[in-house]
Amino acid sequence: MTTIYLDNNATTQAAPEVLKEMLPYFHELYGNPSSMHYFGGQVGRRVREARERVAALIGAEAEEIIFTSCGTESDNTAIRSALATYPGKRHIVTSRVEHPAINALVARLANEGYRVTELAVDGEGRLDLEQFRRSLTPDTAIASLMWANNETGVIFPVEHAAAMARSKGVLFHTDAVQAVGKIPIDMRKNSIDMLSLSGHKLHAPKGVGALYVRKGTRFSPFLIGGHQEKSRRGGTENVPSIIGLGMACDLAYHKMDTENTWVKYLRDKLEDTLLAGVPNCRVNGDRVHRLPNTTNISFEFVEGEAILLRLNELGICASSGSACTSGSLQPSHVLRAMGVPFTMAHGSIRLSLSIYNTEQEIDYVIENFPPIIKELRALSPYWEVGDAICATAEG
Amino acid sequence: MWEYSDKVKEHFLKPRNVGEVENPDGVAMVGSMACGDALRLTFKLDENKRIKEARFKTFGCASAIAAASALTEMIKGMSVEEAAKVTNQDIANYLGGLPQEKIHCSVMGREALEAAIANYKGIPLAEAEGKIICECFGVTEPEIERVVRENDLKTVEEVTNYTKAGGGCGGCHEAIQEIIDRVRAEARPVTKPKLTNIQKIRMIEETIEREIRPSLQHDGGDIELIDVLGDRVLVATRGACATCQAAHLTLKDFVEVKLRELVWPELVVEEVSQ
Repeated sequence: MTTIYLDNNATTQAAPEVLKEMLPYFHELYGNPSSMHYFGGQVGRRVREARERVAALIGAEAEEIIFTSCGTESDNTAIRSALATYPGKRHIVTSRVEHPAINALVARLANEGYRVTELAVDGEGRLDLEQFRRSLTPDTAIASLMWANNETGVIFPVEHAAAMARSKGVLFHTDAVQAVGKIPIDMRKNSIDMLSLSGHKLHAPKGVGALYVRKGTRFSPFLIGGHQEKSRRGGTENVPSIIGLGMACDLAYHKMDTENTWVKYLRDKLEDTLLAGVPNCRVNGDRVHRLPNTTNISFEFVEGEAILLRLNELGICASSGSACTSGSLQPSHVLRAMGVPFTMAHGSIRLSLSIYNTEQEIDYVIENFPPIIKELRALSPYWEVGDAICATAEG
Repeated sequence: MWEYSDKVKEHFLKPRNVGEVENPDGVAMVGSMACGDALRLTFKLDENKRIKEARFKTFGCASAIAAASALTEMIKGMSVEEAAKVTNQDIANYLGGLPQEKIHCSVMGREALEAAIANYKGIPLAEAEGKIICECFGVTEPEIERVVRENDLKTVEEVTNYTKAGGGCGGCHEAIQEIIDRVRAEARPVTKPKLTNIQKIRMIEETIEREIRPSLQHDGGDIELIDVLGDRVLVATRGACATCQAAHLTLKDFVEVKLRELVWPELVVEEVSQ
């Protein structure tokens, strides 16, 4: 059975070009970039080049890029750095729909005595910027808002938010793990102080990420150790992955148009056809301000895990915000924050595409998805009621 | 991804007895959309008061669907009294086990069965009328007491796995702990729980595979389980055991001792020639 991978917000395949670029640095060119000899020095040059490539993708300068092990490390580093460099400030502003890398961290910081404001979102997953402005106080050490939501793809106006934070003298961080490589980002045109990105979300391997820290921003390292990354992050560089990340950023830079035209076309085709072909379903989140590759659809009266496992039988990989898949007993915190009704939240499915998906794959999903919902609804004790609703809606 | 047994997958992908029985004798609906799973169970009795037909409809995950499907298969042919004795553990065993976090799916099956039987008898359920402990999932004190007692649960996390209670806001964790402490403090008779035939056979198989065959194979011998009749375990000797004069001693002193220790104290091992 062939795999149709529509779970690219969870992770992506390493691009073939990325893998090829990485391979020599495991066995042949295994030198330490910090070494004084040529054998290590040549590796150091490739790490420098990778830094330039990452910087180029987001319109940054190479020195503003710190390589880390993942998006979570970047997020933790940014928040802890802000708190360490502004020790008098005890307030953090974030949103209710952040990734656990921020969400769980601020929950812990709240236990450590920090005051945390988690901004609400509306039914479409949108932020109220005025509310954001009002939440910033002289005591606020950092505001952190994700650029794009991993579950719904909804894009926050982080550049506006960063400008507001700047005017109030508050550091601004964004978790851009889902945004980098999918939508154009230019750090020269905004006042975001720190930005997290992750390799494996943009066709680099797992285990590598980066933190952008704007020049002049106060910084305190998270991992204390050697002089790597100009003493901003101790630990020998993950050379092959860093080189892979550089290549992936280069590819993303050149394929940004494909992402926003072809991938978007496939996503829209998939979404529109499913919405038209399946009664009682809806898209979760703002459909306008959204990543081009993501759709999150709720199917009423059926449960997400059951849908996923039926899709799995067909080789289709997706994910769900239902309780049974969230590892807890409640639906995803994002859908709950958006006030998605329970009838819908438990039956939510996220489909996230990449440039490697083909139209044939999307057509296959379009053909095979609706019967799964129909079959599961035939099992559902609530569906007869829903049937009537749908008959009225269509009639 | 959950590690589901093949049986769970099979019942999920090809659920048995979906739908509603016409003119049912017993009917129940447990769970809710808000909780993420719900089960509607209907059954009909034949002239001998045995369950002739049982059907279900489930809103829920793969294991919720599989548990309901399994339940309808299990209770067919049972009298109401026999069905009333089916436990959530029986349902889980029938499915070859469930992941800990999914045990509540088997509990939902047992609850639906009880509610349907109560409906048939026209009596109210004690569990449904108790004080609500977990507001998020609407779980009552008697329900929690019962799973703690029947499954020998020790922690709040286990209670959550079994009933979902405590899996939402977490505000009731203290109250759940108090119930656990109270129930566990009650003096309980230390009788070994009765095994169903299915459980017994499965445990015998497992014990032979895991504890017995490796030792015998180490010495070039082997045994095969042929049948289980009540407490009689019929085995055939293989390999070196088949020709060994002392094989009957091995069967009595090793195989039987192990099975009595690990499965059921009254088992008797007998050799059959095959």
